[in-house]
Parts: sequence; C-alpha cells; structure tokens
Amino acid sequence: MSGLGFFASARFWRGALPALSLTFVLLGVFWLQPRAMSYFGLNLLFNLAVPIALATIAQMFVIAVNDLDLSIGSFVSLVACIGATWLNETPLLGIAALLGCIAVYAAIGALIYIRQLPSIVVTLGMSFVWSGCAVLLLPTPGGSAPDWIRSLVTLKPPYVPMPLVAAVVLALVVHFALMRTSWGVLMRGVGGNEKAITRAGWSVLKLKMTMYALTAVFGILAGLTLVGLATSADANIALRYTLLSIAGVILGGGEFVGGRISPVGAVLGAMTLTLTASFLSFLRISPDWQIGAQGAVLIIVLALRAIVNRLEARK
Amino acid sequence: MKQLEMFMRQHPWSWSFLAAFLTWAVTAAYISGTGGLALASTALSFSTFFVMVGIGQMFVITLGPGNVDLSIPSTITLSAVVSMMVMDGTNAMILPGILAAVGVGVLVGLFNYGLIRVLTIPPIIATMSSSFLVQSSAIALGRGVKIKPPAALEWISTAKMLGVPVLSLLVIAFAIVMAVLLNRTVYGRSVTAFGQNTRAARLAGVPIERIRYLTYTLSAVLAAVCGVFLAGFSGGSSLNMGEEYLLASIAVVVIGGSSIAGGNSNVPGIFGSALFLFLLVAMLNTFGAAAGLRLILTGLIIVGVVTFAGGRKESR
Amino acid sequence: MTTETVSPLISLTGIQKVFGAVQALSGVDLNIHTGECLGLVGHNGAGKSTLMNILAGTLEASGGSLSIAGRDLGQGYAVQDAGRLGIRCVFQEGSLCPNLSVAENTRIIHPVLKGFGWRPRAAAVIMEQLDLIFPGHGVSAFDIVGDLSISKRQMVEIARAFTVTDTGIRLVILDEPTSSLDARVAEQLLDYVGRVAGEGISVILISHLLGEILQVSNKIAVMKDGRVVAFRDASGFDRSSLVEAMGSTVVAGVAPRRDAEHRKTVSEERIHMRPPEQPDDQSVRAQAGEVVGFAGLAGQGQTEALLQIFDGHGVLPSGAQDAGCCFIAGDRQVDGVLPLWSIRKNIGISSLKRLLLGMLIQNGKERELADAWKERIGIRAPDVEAPILSLSGGNQQKVLFARALGSAADIVLMDDPMRGVDIGTKNEVYAIIRQEASQGRTFLWYTTEMEELDYCDRVYVFRDGVISETLSGSDITEENVLKASFKQVSGAA
Repeated sequence: MSGLGFFASARFWRGALPALSLTFVLLGVFWLQPRAMSYFGLNLLFNLAVPIALATIAQMFVIAVNDLDLSIGSFVSLVACIGATWLNETPLLGIAALLGCIAVYAAIGALIYIRQLPSIVVTLGMSFVWSGCAVLLLPTPGGSAPDWIRSLVTLKPPYVPMPLVAAVVLALVVHFALMRTSWGVLMRGVGGNEKAITRAGWSVLKLKMTMYALTAVFGILAGLTLVGLATSADANIALRYTLLSIAGVILGGGEFVGGRISPVGAVLGAMTLTLTASFLSFLRISPDWQIGAQGAVLIIVLALRAIVNRLEARK
Repeated sequence: MKQLEMFMRQHPWSWSFLAAFLTWAVTAAYISGTGGLALASTALSFSTFFVMVGIGQMFVITLGPGNVDLSIPSTITLSAVVSMMVMDGTNAMILPGILAAVGVGVLVGLFNYGLIRVLTIPPIIATMSSSFLVQSSAIALGRGVKIKPPAALEWISTAKMLGVPVLSLLVIAFAIVMAVLLNRTVYGRSVTAFGQNTRAARLAGVPIERIRYLTYTLSAVLAAVCGVFLAGFSGGSSLNMGEEYLLASIAVVVIGGSSIAGGNSNVPGIFGSALFLFLLVAMLNTFGAAAGLRLILTGLIIVGVVTFAGGRKESR
Repeated sequence: MTTETVSPLISLTGIQKVFGAVQALSGVDLNIHTGECLGLVGHNGAGKSTLMNILAGTLEASGGSLSIAGRDLGQGYAVQDAGRLGIRCVFQEGSLCPNLSVAENTRIIHPVLKGFGWRPRAAAVIMEQLDLIFPGHGVSAFDIVGDLSISKRQMVEIARAFTVTDTGIRLVILDEPTSSLDARVAEQLLDYVGRVAGEGISVILISHLLGEILQVSNKIAVMKDGRVVAFRDASGFDRSSLVEAMGSTVVAGVAPRRDAEHRKTVSEERIHMRPPEQPDDQSVRAQAGEVVGFAGLAGQGQTEALLQIFDGHGVLPSGAQDAGCCFIAGDRQVDGVLPLWSIRKNIGISSLKRLLLGMLIQNGKERELADAWKERIGIRAPDVEAPILSLSGGNQQKVLFARALGSAADIVLMDDPMRGVDIGTKNEVYAIIRQEASQGRTFLWYTTEMEELDYCDRVYVFRDGVISETLSGSDITEENVLKASFKQVSGAA
C-alpha cells in the first residue's frame, strides 16, 4: 500500500468519509449564508459542538473496548448540575463529587468486566442513578456556572474562534494518547482481541477500568463546558447527548466492535451533527426536522461506508 | 415453604410479582383503608402501557446480544400523532386510526430491519438511526396540533369495571396470547432458538432472516398500538410521551427475569415488573421521597438485578 | 527414552488435562533439550494443541509436573511466567489484534517497548525479524493487521514470536505455522527453524505435513488419544512409519463395508455439487441411499462444501422436496446445541411443522418424537425433559443426531460429528446411519477418522478447498486417502 494506490484503497475512503461529510455540510452552510464565513459566524456555528464533541470522545473510550454507554447523557447533565451548584458555591465539595463520579465509572467498568454483564443494561440503570442525583441536586432549572468556567469557554483568541481551537486541540490530544502512545495500543487491543492481550500477560480488568474512568473524565469536561456556555443548568440539559455521542462516534468512522475507533473522526462526527442542525435553519426548514436530518446524515454515511466495504470485498 | 422456594427458583418471573406485592402491601399498610385497592387499580392502569411495549422489546432482546429496539419511544409518539390525526376526535374513525398506527409500526419495523440487513450494521445503531427520523416526523406532524382522542377511545383507555381498568383486562388477554406465541408456536420457538445460538438455529433449519424481520416488526407494531391507547389515556398525543418508554421497556424485560443475553424469556415477568416499577414509584411518593431518590432507586434495582442474574454463562 | 546426559530444557511428566467429562491428555511425558527442534504429529483431537497451551501457560494442567530450565513449576504457572522464561507460542487461531498495526502488535508482547520513540523501536524489532525469516515479505511495520492477507498475518505472528527485546527466548512453539503459507514462504520458515536451533533456541513444530516434520526435526513425538505413543530421533522415522504410528491400528468390530447390492434398488441422484475452485471435472455426487464420505486433512474445505449444500447449492430437485437438508454439527457447542433447552425441544426444533395442530405446537407429539428417538438412538437420560447440558458430550451428540434424523429431510449432512465421542456411542450411531441409508436417506459425511470411511460408498478427498481424489469401493484405503490428502492439486499455489 504505497503511493497513489493508497488513495484508491477502501481504508483511505473510510478514513476520509468523516472529513468529507463535514466539508460537505459546511460548504452547504456557507453557500446558504456567506456571512457564516467569519470569526463571529464560525464561533456561533460551532459553539455547541464542543460539549458534544467531548461527550462523543467519552463515548468513544467505552466503544473502543466493545461496550456502550447509555448513561453519558444523564451523566453530563449531572456534571452540569454539579458545576452550576456545588462547584460554584463550595468548590471543594464540587471537586470531590466529580472525583467520586470518576471512581464510580471505573467501578462500573470493573463490574461489567468481572461479571461479564451487558454494558447496555448496566449503563441504562446508571442513567437513572445519574438523573436521580441531578434532580436531587437541582430540582428546578437554575444555578449558575462558576465565573472561571464562563470566561474560559468565552475566550476569544485572535484569528481562530475558540470552538475550532478547542476541537483541534481535543482531537490531537486524544489522537496522540490513544493512537500514538504505547499505552493507547493496549487500550485499543482490548477491543480488537481481548484474548491476545490476556495472553501477553496484561490485566484486561485494569485496562477496562481505565477506559471507563476516562469516559467519566471527558464526560465531566463536556458537562462543565456545557454549563459554561449555558450559564445555568437543569437535570435534563444533556439527555440528547447519549444518542448524539453514539452517532458521532459511528459517523466518525468508529466501529461498534473490534476496537476500531478514530478520535479525529469522532470530533468531526460531532461537529457534523451539530452543523447539520444549523444547516436546516439556514434552509429555513423547520427545526422540527433537526433530529431527522441528523439521523439522515448518519444513515447516508453508514450507507456510503457499506458501499465502500462491499467494493473492497469484491476485489 | 420449601415448595415455594423451589417454584421461585424455577420461575424467575415470580420474583417480580413478589416484589410488586411487597411494595403494594407496604404502601397499602401505610395509607390504610381502601386506598390500597385504589392503588392496585391505578397500578394496573399505568402498567398496561409498560406491558405492551415491554413484550415487543422482550421478543427483540430474546434474539440475543446486540438486539435492542431503541426506536420504541419515537414509534409511540409518531403513531399517537398519526392516529389522533386520522381519528380527528370522531368515534367512527377509531378503527382507521388504529390501522394507520399499525401501518406506522409495520413501516418502522421494515425500515429497522432494512437498515440492519442492507447496511449490515448492529441493530442498536440501526434502530437508533431510524428513531431520529421517526421522532422528527412525529415532531413535524404533531407540532401545534393537539387533537383530543375520540370519546370511545378515551373511555376504553380509562374506564373501570368494578374498579378494574378495562384496558388492563384487554392487555392481560393480549399478554396470554403473546405467552402462547412465545412458547407454543413455530415463531416463538424459532426466536428462542435464535437467541441461544444463532448459528446452531440456522443449521437446525430456522429461517434466520425472516425471524429477525418479524421480530423487529412485532416490536414496532406493539409500540405503535401502545401509542394509540396512551394518547387515549392521556387526552391526546404529546411530543415527549414516548420518552420514558425506552428505559422502561428494557427495564421490565430485565427485572421480569428474561435473560438479557437472549434465548430465555417469559411474558408473566413483564407484567410483574411493570406493576413493580409503578408501585415502587407510588411507594416512594407515599413516603414523601423526592423524585430524584425514586430515579436512583430504580436505577440501582436494575443494576442489582442484572448483576445478580449474571451475564452470559460460560457454555463450555 | 533419551540418552543425553545434559538435563533437558523442558521436561513434562505425567501431564493430564480434563475438560468436563473429556480426558484430553492422559499422562504425557516429554523432554525438550536446548537447541532442539521437536516435531509433534498426531490426528485431530490427539491433544497436541492442549499440550502446547499448557506449556504456554494459557491452560492449567489438571495433573502432572512441568519443569523449565531446571525450575519446577507447579500449580499457578501462568502466561506471565511463560513470557519471563522465554517461551513463546504461535497459536493456531491467531493472537494478533486485527485493529492494530504490525508494530503495535509487537509492542503488546514486549512491555519494554514504551516511552519516547517506542514506535520506531517496535517497528525496527519486528521488521528485522521479518526480514530475517521471510526475505521479500512485503509487509510494512505500520500496516494494519486486519488489512493484511492471511498469509502475511501468519508471517507477522511467527516473526513476532521470535523477536527479542529484554529477555531472551528459549522455546518457540509453532502450531500448524504453515497452514496458510504458500510453499515458498513455508520453505523460508523451515529454513529459519533449522538455523535458529543452532543458536540455542528450541522449537516445537506441530504440523500435519509430515514432510515438513521429517525435514527439520531432530526428534519426533507422535501423539494419539492424549498420549505420546512414540518419541525418538527423527532419523528413526520415515513417512510410512509416521503414518503407521499416528494411524488407527485397531478397529473394533466387523468390517463394515456395505455391499453393492444395498444400493442396487436405488438410483435417484440427489446431489451434484462442484466446488467453485475445482480445476478438473470432479464433483460431489450422491444418490438416494448412499453414504458419501468427505476426507482429507482438517480445514481443507469439507465443512464449507457441506454448508454450500445446506444452503441449496448442488441439491437436485429430486433431493430437496421441500424438506431440504439437515445438518449434524461436529463442533456441538458452536454449531449444534441450543444450550438453554431440554432434550425434547432440542430434538423438536427441526420438525416443528409436523408437530402443529393449527398454529400450536403439540408438546405431547413433540414428546412422543423425542421419546421414540431417545429409545432408538439410546440417549442416556432419565427423561427427555432434562436440560441438554446435563448430558455427557456423547449423548448431546446423539440428541443432534436425533434432531436431524427425526426431521423430514432426505439429505443428512454430517460435519465430523463423532469428534470426541466414545467408541460405544460411535458403534450405536454407525448402525443407525446404515439403517437409515438403506431406507433411502442420503448421507454426506465429513470425517477425520479413517475407520469411518469404511462405512462410505464413495469418498471425496479434499485439499485446498477442492476435491483432490475420488475413491470408491475397495480403493478406499487409509493409504490412498493419506496420499490424496497430501497431493498438491494442479494449479494450487
């Protein structure tokens, strides 16, 4: 696989699909609304993509080890609520609570591995738990985000808008950690061939716990970013993130099983999904169809991928 | 006592009834008087909807790991919207309305199966993708129009005979039919074989693809029918009416003693755990527990049940 | 048996392994010396792979003792210990992560490949080894393993086993390493094995290709039924004495060959199937009442051919009738048993349509069917309502026979169904197969056990996915089958 041959290979096209779909939707937006092609316009377009991208990355860690997290949406909501209450009023308590959440996530990972439980059901149960905690903490929408978070998410760096900087940094950092370090290799190996990792003498339990803990870390980042942007929180603020994050990972070229994931793709996928919603509003199509359009984009991309795979199989 | 213990060991669904009964007894004792009977009646009413979607989800889950229908909530909403529009508040249009809802279910089922088959993607992703489209259609169709259900439908959904909700009697009859479908028909046997070992089932002559198609359609149709009655029950459709049914439909299957790994399911457990889920909330309400606590307890019970029921046993 | 005075690198004494009711290893004694290449041969199920798994620490022995480099390793010997002691294993089913690159897969078995610049170091280690063993391999260190061809994957896995970083290697176990390599690459590997032995690394080579074994081994051990039945210097063996040592020497019972007259009355052809890659005009044919055997080494396309027929390829209209074919699996757990069900339901699943009254399955009728077959085929269980997993392996297999023979299908496909079944059960089932055939059923029978071919009217020997030889009548001999098993079909690379 070298030279021009690579550009005709199925692997290249599979890898390029997320970037192509984002470009396609972005071009559509610019064509409809040329004013979006500005510092301010891009800022507006991608602002809400950042927490979704973080949640997508969180979901990706779990998918990398062949599990699925149906609780990420309620977890992000809970974090937003903690951010808007404890973290603002009694920062130490807030930080302790967030650290506790990470520990719970790691324990869930251990439970799922040791008892060989279906992750879907366990995380489904946990979504009730997170939601319950969020409702207890903030029964009615309200609270307010700490100032430091608010000023952090509204930073205005020169030339390039903050959301784009954040997306690039996020994609690169996670890509480096997971795809380039010797440690990331083991993590992905668990998804690819758990037995091979065990045979080489590594503890799959520890690896899985680490991945779940990382999911919590990025879920926390997502929740804090969200509360910074929204300035206040409510217990249902991010419930949609559960399905959006799964869609983002898949859209970004990740596969459901086998440890084939792509951090850069996941960020691109999350951005595509966010942008699709704005695209519709520029088309003056009722926002009722936002979710539908996101679903349609997902199905189209999956169909394209199926075509690429089939062409490859024929060869 | 020994015999009871044996019975409960052999029939995993009995636990859910025991749990439902205990929660009811505790609550009834607390509120005292005839409140207990009224509570039982309300529990029957509310649990019927859980049972309807739960049975569909159960058949899907029986197909084995990876098979879950995430499009149930959106199907409920869409079919409620469509049927209310077709009925337009007149009794004469009830039957066409129900047929339209069934049509919605068949289409959603076909679409789900098509995605699984053509795109060769896992069922979770397929049903999730289609739920985006279905939900959106429901929002677009239903926005701003609140049509009251026809009087007869409202009556059927809410009426009580000697304190027993009529709808719950219908659903009990329906659940019996579904239990027979699961245990005594070629289809039911095939679904159960599919979930135990798909490859072995295929080699034993089970038509794998047809079974998968029928099962996803059944689930969607049941969700659609549930949507009609739910709209009748709550005085019309609303756009978030399906929301709680995603988690609930899976929860009743798991708590009811069906194996989440597939291949081993039962219908009675769906009924028991639907009652239990409602009564648990009622009990916590009675004790004045906050809404958050109710959610937490429900979640912990699901995690606890699946932890103790265990994952897929090593077969070799 | 050995005459060397130096103490062996590895010595196994009385190793036992039990899986449930199956005794996979019953007391294996084996010594391996430094710099020795030990060839290990034996039929499927002789226990070779189990033994190697124990040596690699992935399975724990049920009994016996194991010592490596003079150290006695009792219970609790695990993979990590094997790694530390320098024992590497190339497993038959592959231990690479398909989603990772070649270099990344190398890192997995080398904890020291970490920190800054680990990627180039890992790449260098594996590429050096690949170049050494397989010059001209065409693999790049950053290729994703899942994108490589099977033969390249195999090369990577083998080369990885020989890579050295911090700890040296003492022993490399190669389990059927050449199964997916072409002749030229296989030759490169055998060459390397010969060279590396001179450098003080011992190799255990497991192969069905006796030529390979004879070419590179210093010592040869022959395994049969969980025991080592012959173990001596390679020079003491030649091809025919190896075959004899592996082979089935004793066949209990009468010569079962069916007379031609059994078939005289029937002549309706039911199957005519040509394997897709078949270079010549040989094809699988079967008539009503015939028992047709598929033979050859394991995994040469026999199961695939059966599955194609199961899906209706090559089934003539006269054979299908709408009952189609039924399939009896050899790998019970994967292909046959429905583990949560009773014996009755396991038997009934292929006959449901005949048990209906209206829409409903009649449990009573299903029970009758199950009881009748329990009686006829001798399933040892108190009751057909007992769970299938409560039965021993052989009886589970009988349930699968009952399922297939109880169905309406006229064509019975058997995928080495007697794997791991005791001799008593076998004889009972053989009798029923003959009986059913004489009543007009057609049997297609893939078997790895030589004596079962004696029950067949005709035998197709498979090699590389195609038929290499068609034998019938008195031509069906162990010698002819073995010869055809190793025959290179023209055109095969």
